Amino acid sequence: MWEYTEKLKEHFFNPRNVGEIKNPDGIGEVGSLACGDALKLTFKLDENGRIKDAKFKTFGCASAIATSSVLTEMIKGKTIDEAAKVTNKDIADYLGGLPEQKMHCSVMGREALEAAIENYNSGGTKKHELEGKVVCTCFGVTEKEIERVITENDLTTVEQVTNYCKAGGGCGGCKGEIEKIIEKVQGRKIKEKLQTLPTKARKLTNIQKIQLIQQTINEQIRPALRAHGGNIELIDVEGNKVIVAFRGMCAQCKLAEYTMKDVVEAKLREFVSDALFVEEDRDSAQEPHNHRG
Amino acid sequence: MKTIYFDNNATTKVAEEVFREIEPYFCQLYANPSSMHTFGGQIGIKIRNAREKIAALLACEPSEIIFTAGGTESDNTAIMGTLAAAPNKRKIITTRVEHPAVLTVCRDLENHGYAVVELPVDKQGQLDLKQLENEIDDDTALVTIMYANNETGVVFPIEKIAELATGKSVVFHTDAVQAIGKTPLNLSKSSIDLLSLSGHKLHAPKGIGALYVKKGTRLSPFMLGGHQEAGRRAGTENVPGIIGLGKACELAAKNIEEENQRVKSLRDKLENALLEKCPGSRLNGDKENRLPNTTNISFEYIEGEAILLMLDKYGICASSGSACTSGSLEPSHVLRAMGVPFTAAHGSIRFSLSRYNTEEEVDYTIEKMPEIVNKLRELSPFVSK
Repeated sequence: MWEYTEKLKEHFFNPRNVGEIKNPDGIGEVGSLACGDALKLTFKLDENGRIKDAKFKTFGCASAIATSSVLTEMIKGKTIDEAAKVTNKDIADYLGGLPEQKMHCSVMGREALEAAIENYNSGGTKKHELEGKVVCTCFGVTEKEIERVITENDLTTVEQVTNYCKAGGGCGGCKGEIEKIIEKVQGRKIKEKLQTLPTKARKLTNIQKIQLIQQTINEQIRPALRAHGGNIELIDVEGNKVIVAFRGMCAQCKLAEYTMKDVVEAKLREFVSDALFVEEDRDSAQEPHNHRG
Repeated sequence: MKTIYFDNNATTKVAEEVFREIEPYFCQLYANPSSMHTFGGQIGIKIRNAREKIAALLACEPSEIIFTAGGTESDNTAIMGTLAAAPNKRKIITTRVEHPAVLTVCRDLENHGYAVVELPVDKQGQLDLKQLENEIDDDTALVTIMYANNETGVVFPIEKIAELATGKSVVFHTDAVQAIGKTPLNLSKSSIDLLSLSGHKLHAPKGIGALYVKKGTRLSPFMLGGHQEAGRRAGTENVPGIIGLGKACELAAKNIEEENQRVKSLRDKLENALLEKCPGSRLNGDKENRLPNTTNISFEYIEGEAILLMLDKYGICASSGSACTSGSLEPSHVLRAMGVPFTAAHGSIRFSLSRYNTEEEVDYTIEKMPEIVNKLRELSPFVSK
């Protein structure tokens, strides 16, 4: 069971400001049913430009509902500029803290607020859209959003990033990319942590090379394929030729030759050796037992 | 506030009879059954009696039972022990809806060069046996398929599956943790080679389990050390656990009828009423082929953890396949494998009953649940009002 603060539980059982404001000055909608939580925030300003009323509707767990409820309380009476300064940390602090794995609820609150302000600033025309490159395709999290939670909350591990914005929490295929974003943002702070990733060695024995190829397939390639109902098997390594077989959805995919092979080759060159090239083992893919449904 | 416990697939209350039986084995009869003195020897006899009681429930030989620390150890032993005994075979067949004690082990083996086939299930949570048959080949070392699903209660046609595997001389293991005490078994007439069970799912304590190993099945030991369990599982016996499991199996044999009639009728009453009183709700899993105590219902457009917390306020204990309850971000792998849409998977609630539940408890839950669903739907942006 989650360790929720009394304040969080109180807001969950007695949420404030539930509903939707008619003809609001700003609407912010974030999240989706597939993601497991979603929040619709509406607000109305008074004649002095202060938020007179704010209401929410939330689909999600207890902490998602409670963070939405406190968000509406926090922004009431604020000007747009003041409200824009509210961070996800402020929301979590207001509740007396959130469990680490639930920090993404506070981020969702801040995102909804931003979306609503953006909507207001555009005169009610602009809706929340994903900006920039999507890194985590499972939860639709962009590079920009990941950079932002890292900066604002001083995050140094992939696990923390997942807790704060869900990125990397689905198939896990983007974890390597998140690691690089952390490195880019935090620089030296995380130098020693990076040692755990497979690093390219100058000279490998054949056995070391095969092991590193297997490890790279296990950790960097298979999780993403699995998420889409596929799989990959390492068949053999002959010199610099890596023979693999694609299974399930990947094996039946007509584009397999062009896309999957290239992706695998790129990963293996990145983590093992630039000299490697990949070949697909067609024979084994024909055997019926190799097809996953 | 009274606790209403509808989470018996997670764990069960230790039966009072079981507790009384094991009490002397902590402070009075604490000897090591392997010892040469009479003080220890008498414990050895009690362990033998317990083994006989378990064998009686399963209709097998006492020598076919190995005690373990629980369902997870039994599953690990069955899988690793079978593969170690057949080093020339590299393929394992399992399903997408297995308990993590099987699925995680298989997926890890995949990283060590094994080919793992995870059979899909249909919307009802059932397997295509034709597909299973096609998958079994000369390279297959093991077929491991659960007896009954812990989340939905869906029961697989395990005898047919066992025959398909053993008919082709492939070892067949089943994780029967949820089925024991709820479904009658006769292993002497079955093709099942290996079967896992766990004490705390049938009113014995936690930390005790057993693995049935059919006579003649090749299995390398998983835990190495002393000579206990005829060299098949090392480690000083968990004496109170073993005695407790023996007693719990004796009680289960006596209560299996009640489980299939009274408990089933309570489950049916709860299920029918909730489906009727809560619009936008649906049953997950094969209604016919199911454990008598389990129901898994999805309430659309609301989230499982929020439902559980509201139930908790009334003292009602249940569980959910939603992402938020597990600490992961995706909903239950079982519901996803069944193709349950996201709108419903996040709002799934499992009620699992036992012979200790009463009709009043069911009625109280039927009264409270529609309130909870309505309250959360009022908050949901996906429900227009």
